Amino acid sequence: MALSDKDRIFQNLYGFQPWNLSAARKRGCWDGTAAILAKGRDAIIEEMKNSGLRGRGGAGFPTGMKWSFMPKQSDGRPSYLVVNADESEPGTCKDRDIIRHDPQTLIEGCLIAGFAMGAVAGYIYIRGEYYNESVVLEAAIQEAYDAGLLGKNACGSGYDFDLYVHRGAGAYICGEETALIESLEGKKGMPRLKPPFPAAVGLYGCPTTVNNVETIAVVPTIMRRGASWFSSFGRPKNSGTKIFCIQGHVNNPCNVEAEMSIPMRELIERYAGGVRGGWDNLLCVIPGGSSTPLLPKHICDDVLMDFDALREHRSGLGTAGVIVMDKSTDVIKAIARLAAFYKHESCGQCTPCREGMGWQMRLMNRMVEGNAEIEEIDLLENVTRRIEGHTICALADGGVWPVQGLIRHFRPLMEERIMAYKARHQRLAAE
Amino acid sequence: MAKVTVDGIEVEVPNGSSVLQACEAAGKEIPRFCYHERLSVAGNCRMCLVEVEKAPKPVASCAFPVNDGMKVFTDTPVVRNARRGVMEFLLINHPLDCPICDQGGECDLQDQAYAYGADASRYGEAKRAVKDKDIGPLIKTVMTRCIQCTRCVRFAAEVAGTPELGGTNRGENMEIGTYVEKALTSELSGNLIDICPVGALTSRPYAYVSRPWELKKTESIDVLDAVGANIRVDARGPEVLRIIPRINDAVNEEWMADRGRFSFDGLKRRRLDRPWVRKDGKLVAATWPEAFAAIATRFASLPGERIGAVAGALADAESTLALKDLMAAYGSANLDCRDDGSAIDASRPEFYRFNTTIAGIDEADALLIIGSDPRKEAPVLNARIRKRWTQGKFPVGYVGPRGLDLTYPAQHLGETLAALEGSAFLETLKAAQKPMLILGRGALQRPDGAAVLAAAWKIAAETGMLTAEWNGFNLLHLFGGQVGGLELGFLPGSGGKDLNAMLAGGVDALWLLNADGFDPARIPASTFVVYQGHHGDAMAARADVILPGAAYTEKDATWVNTEGRAQRGLLAIFPPGEAKEDWRIIRAFSEGVGKTLPYTDAAAIRMRLAQASPVFARVGEVVRAGIADTTGPAGDAGAVNTMPFVLPIPVYHQADVVSRASDVMAQCAAIYGPAPALAAE
Repeated sequence: MALSDKDRIFQNLYGFQPWNLSAARKRGCWDGTAAILAKGRDAIIEEMKNSGLRGRGGAGFPTGMKWSFMPKQSDGRPSYLVVNADESEPGTCKDRDIIRHDPQTLIEGCLIAGFAMGAVAGYIYIRGEYYNESVVLEAAIQEAYDAGLLGKNACGSGYDFDLYVHRGAGAYICGEETALIESLEGKKGMPRLKPPFPAAVGLYGCPTTVNNVETIAVVPTIMRRGASWFSSFGRPKNSGTKIFCIQGHVNNPCNVEAEMSIPMRELIERYAGGVRGGWDNLLCVIPGGSSTPLLPKHICDDVLMDFDALREHRSGLGTAGVIVMDKSTDVIKAIARLAAFYKHESCGQCTPCREGMGWQMRLMNRMVEGNAEIEEIDLLENVTRRIEGHTICALADGGVWPVQGLIRHFRPLMEERIMAYKARHQRLAAE
Repeated sequence: MAKVTVDGIEVEVPNGSSVLQACEAAGKEIPRFCYHERLSVAGNCRMCLVEVEKAPKPVASCAFPVNDGMKVFTDTPVVRNARRGVMEFLLINHPLDCPICDQGGECDLQDQAYAYGADASRYGEAKRAVKDKDIGPLIKTVMTRCIQCTRCVRFAAEVAGTPELGGTNRGENMEIGTYVEKALTSELSGNLIDICPVGALTSRPYAYVSRPWELKKTESIDVLDAVGANIRVDARGPEVLRIIPRINDAVNEEWMADRGRFSFDGLKRRRLDRPWVRKDGKLVAATWPEAFAAIATRFASLPGERIGAVAGALADAESTLALKDLMAAYGSANLDCRDDGSAIDASRPEFYRFNTTIAGIDEADALLIIGSDPRKEAPVLNARIRKRWTQGKFPVGYVGPRGLDLTYPAQHLGETLAALEGSAFLETLKAAQKPMLILGRGALQRPDGAAVLAAAWKIAAETGMLTAEWNGFNLLHLFGGQVGGLELGFLPGSGGKDLNAMLAGGVDALWLLNADGFDPARIPASTFVVYQGHHGDAMAARADVILPGAAYTEKDATWVNTEGRAQRGLLAIFPPGEAKEDWRIIRAFSEGVGKTLPYTDAAAIRMRLAQASPVFARVGEVVRAGIADTTGPAGDAGAVNTMPFVLPIPVYHQADVVSRASDVMAQCAAIYGPAPALAAE
């Protein structure tokens, strides 16, 4: 059953209506915000817990619980909300559409989330490449200030909250929450050691919560329509609606808000016009942005799009950037390109990631041609295992999973390519 | 305290300790590269990964805090695999040039590769090469060897206080450097060589010189500043090849200053390696008996009060004492160890010591510096002040030349003591629990030095620095031999003349023991000068007899640092040519003139030292005490003139006879010294 329009949180995802405040208000934004705030911090956090919302940035950590880690009583330090709009995951462009077409959902979400965690200010860290989006966002924030929705006595609630936009400079790693905080502080974007976690020591050494744009932007609607409404979609622990970004070899690439746990095949066929050349032409799908391992067609046939179902198949929902590849794809080359991306984006702090990503990329480049030995597939696998889990942040994990997925599902293809290369070169040598 | 079980061994460590510290307490060795006890934790090399019960992934033990009841495993398949992996990753882009690498034999990467590395490489791709950086004349870089541990970055930013190093680019392309290539400006830059775990940063003067296992290692004391850093002198045959610091938390922690570390090549140049006697106005080479005879003849013709002796900046305690005893035998009370003319009042040790002690800086909570630039005069001590400042709540004010960069923020209060009148900073000092004051020895070299000393003491007394528990008055000396003479009372006796009186024609014969602190032109032409020392600097040229002595690396000697801490340095190499240990020269002379000093070996003279002053009875120790009697030194505090303070060391790298003879230091002076004046347009 498809999600009906009235249950869509992002009513202007496609930009058919203006993004400005008056249009946003007609869509329901800022309706009774003061009343929501009047419920109090604990009630809002309780409601978020009940809604079952899990972070939309990729890791899927329960949002209500994350907020509850913030100190209830300040020890003299202020608390901050940081919104991660550094949407750099290849295959993902949901935050971009929220910001440019429906920014007031995000701004209202910031106010409610900021209130719930006792923050004095919010920072939206937007990726540098989103220049136009940052212009829209700044204008939208100004509109909200002018209307008295932000700033001193925001929405007439008696609560003071300021919201700032900070543009990044184009590093994937700055989407990692602690690297983002470092970058926001004006330092080189390198992840921090945890513990201490940002909720204890974050931005400028103060308690901080970092949330994804989509996570924050769905908050006002959940608060208005209730946790039970939100949790009525999807399977338990995977509830709610979610924006999927469907691209690649589909007839109609699109962003679409659908309910969680929708079967992948239905998602692709209903909203994206199906795989180019029909479902049987499907080779594989990367289900959640470039960091998640690909799934071959036989799994795609009946897998559900949610955190737990994809995890069972040793992949993940990630950011829900669905990359569809049909049988015309050179999947080894595709993954080699991702390996090059992660090599380029490694911050260089931890040894395994700094050195290992280059090694992985070079091995993958040879695999594309087949210029390797069969045993080197095992070497490649072993290298990825020695990188995974041995670093400060999760970039290294995300950087090796695509390769691990490739080896898991397409090893015969890799061997075939190596044998073909050998045969070709033996023949050439013989001639 | 937290109870932690490491591989089944239960240990108790303080709360807030890291897992690595717990493992060390349990006797488990944890390999590491980026972790260093005295730097902040980076946690980026990933070599120290261990398994902790219930943690989903192996954790970096250097950065992970302990919990009560934690169970740690340091030798599991997961841990071994992680270590092997990190080792392999470090080596894939590390050149295997150990045979030509100066770090070979003392390289953390090499050592740990033996323990945790594989026997063969699985890496068949092209290796990374990194362009070398020119960061000055002291440090040679081979950046391809760098393993990006960032110890150097953290040292420069945290300890040295000169945040000039950083990582440029990211990932595989990350390079350590200064971004815009330049020479590092720190006086502690040599320590980068020690903390670099690989051969990326090595000593430029030591490049391709030797292997560590060929060196004879001798424990000694750095005397080229008054901190008295504990050092190890590495020598091969007759040459000192390098000097590196030893750990002593009370003095230098594990750092040392560049002048002490790199000026040893001066020990081979301009040396006095045989006696010289002036004949017909010219110095001619002589034998020891000839030199002694020349002195004996001249001295014999003079009454005791016409003979004087001056000990200088690099004189060791033994020879100072021997000279004092010799002068007493001649009936002379004309002694002075203040060869720079500083108006030090030695009537009480509190007036000339660094009373808070160096370790005591950690406890102080406000600091006033008068007429001193500790960064140039005692870089290691300055790093200690900086360390205290980084802990927070440590206001620092200074009186001296405008625009000093002390590596920590310091409020400039004025160029003269008059500027302190009614200064708000005095209130800050009064409000502090343990305020301290550092008075530079340079500030006492002025004509009104005694008044400056008295005025500084008065400030200390008035701002509550002198209490029964805490003595916050400190005099910062400049060289390792300056305090020993004060402790031994190498000062004018009753009726004796001081330096100025001696130079004003008060004596006819002058024995200069390492005394290079004043202008030789001040000695009257008729005065007979004996110069005992090791370098042919300006003073030796004025001498009538030159007695070649041993430099600090060439004798077993006792030195007293600015705190009044006596420390022993051992002989690393023998003095060159016919040069001898200094106290033995004086002893031999005394025997020749029939005034035999009552000691024949080191043990006997040390016994005599211990009798002369209690500091020599407890070598290596210093007792910190409060002060009950706050009566000030003799000078008139009101007589301070309006002359601004001038710093005593204009060129850091060329402050003493050893560094002035050093080629390396000359290069440094050319790069770091004052810029040459531009010609008028």
